[in-house]
Amino acid sequence: MALYNDKVIDLLTNPHNVGDIENPDGEGTYGSPVCGDMMKISIKVDGNDVITDAKFRTFGCGSAIASSSIATDMIIGKTIEEALKITNKDVLDELGGLPAIKIHCSVLADHAIKSAIYDYAQKTGKAYKGLEGFDPNADDEDTDHGCDMEMHLPDKLSDIK
Amino acid sequence: MEKRQVYLDYAATTPVKKEVLDAMLPYFTENFGNPSSLYTVGQNAKNAIAEARERVAALIHAQPQEIFFTGSGTEADNWAVIGGALWKQEKGRHIITTAIEHHALLHSGAYLEKQGFEVTYLPVNAEGFVEAETLKSAIREDTILISVMLANNEIGTIQPIAEIAALAKERGILMHTDAVQALGNIPVDVQALGVDLLSVSAHKIYGPKGVGALYIRKGVRLPAYIHGGGQEANRRAGTENLPGIVGFGKAAELAGAGLSEHAARLQGLRDYFLDQVAKEISDIRVNGSLEHRLPGNANVTFKYIEGEAILLLLDLAGVEVSTGSACSSASLSPSHVLEAIGVPVEEIHGSVRFSFGDFTTKEDLDYTVEALKETVAKLRAISSVSKDSGF
Repeated sequence: MALYNDKVIDLLTNPHNVGDIENPDGEGTYGSPVCGDMMKISIKVDGNDVITDAKFRTFGCGSAIASSSIATDMIIGKTIEEALKITNKDVLDELGGLPAIKIHCSVLADHAIKSAIYDYAQKTGKAYKGLEGFDPNADDEDTDHGCDMEMHLPDKLSDIK
Repeated sequence: MEKRQVYLDYAATTPVKKEVLDAMLPYFTENFGNPSSLYTVGQNAKNAIAEARERVAALIHAQPQEIFFTGSGTEADNWAVIGGALWKQEKGRHIITTAIEHHALLHSGAYLEKQGFEVTYLPVNAEGFVEAETLKSAIREDTILISVMLANNEIGTIQPIAEIAALAKERGILMHTDAVQALGNIPVDVQALGVDLLSVSAHKIYGPKGVGALYIRKGVRLPAYIHGGGQEANRRAGTENLPGIVGFGKAAELAGAGLSEHAARLQGLRDYFLDQVAKEISDIRVNGSLEHRLPGNANVTFKYIEGEAILLLLDLAGVEVSTGSACSSASLSPSHVLEAIGVPVEEIHGSVRFSFGDFTTKEDLDYTVEALKETVAKLRAISSVSKDSGF
């Protein structure tokens, strides 16, 4: 398969950490089905602020599922502060790269992690440097997530032949 | 189940049939002549093109001199619409087309808008059809051209072209139809349709890629589009794609001979497939009318999951299909056709087009339904959206 590398395909076929954590310490959702991608992450955090478990559910394309899988792998065992430092580029690197047009899918993972941690911070009353200026309810449309549902024929057309 | 390779994207392109390839091969080597050359090898080439022209003409009930070979169906569409607009611009600068056309039409329309023409993109109803009343109300004094596709590439709906062409003719408006998807799948008769211009392509009917044709009704003085030598009666210059044209001719002959059997067989397969999918998989939606539709087209939304992921997992299982999902398109926009028939955007992302052809078997479809069942279950287990949560 030429579109994605083997790692991405492997993660799409056998994604890690699929599901919901019961009574999570933090939970966040990012994206929307209208945009074509929606990722939900739940986390379990211990007394030392270490993420002991993370699970995801994703409505989205192959790279969105693969990046959700790898992003949850990446935060398990990390402290909240460390997890907040994970960038879009880190997720991309860990995946071994994505086609340029698919890069917005890893932005999704990065935001979903922040949203789950934001929820944890709200619940525990903790403050983190990495969350400064982060608004989980920010309008998706203004991000580089790539969702713009305004259709103006014939500027925006699908590619089905 | 033993893994199979199942190609279900015949609407994207078809394999070249053996008979077609055999007909083409000598025209790469021993019969390589330039059809414009006066010596024997050139004249043989010229004769081969004349024969191909007759075959393509016969398939659409046209005269051979009304067939102009092009490099693609897209080129034929560009020529028809841009050429037609330039030709008629003294009379007016308004063009009517539909919201569900192929890019070849819509982007030609956009180009013409930049040149100062006005283009109306007609909506279609929920079943995917242009309504005569909608068209009538869009026609103006300065309307010079109407272009409506004969059959849609995504949902296969067959438009009432004869009715639309009659309206155009009454008002002296040039009428074009893009018959690229229709050709070889349903009867295409330029006399019965009453159109002035009609586009076709070889690679959708088991011919080679890189060759199409524009039918230009006798008396329609469409200006030349490619300028140069005297090929194609001075209207489409450039040394002819000799093997390609020969292949188109052979493919047209085969398509004409097998048309009714082909259509009945494909419709049988399509209906069987949809029955099986409906039986095996919950929460689906069949997009577009099943009446007046290409026999080999099925377009299905699998709710709560995304089409590109479906496509990838099916590909791993050996099944090749298309999706209307934004994620699979270069523009990241969901299908404009499904949007035009009112499919909610979140359900467009989960749409898959299955198109069947001459090499599709019932066993292929049984295998596909199994693969699909597994794929859909797997992705639904991952999805953050479900029937309970809703979109």
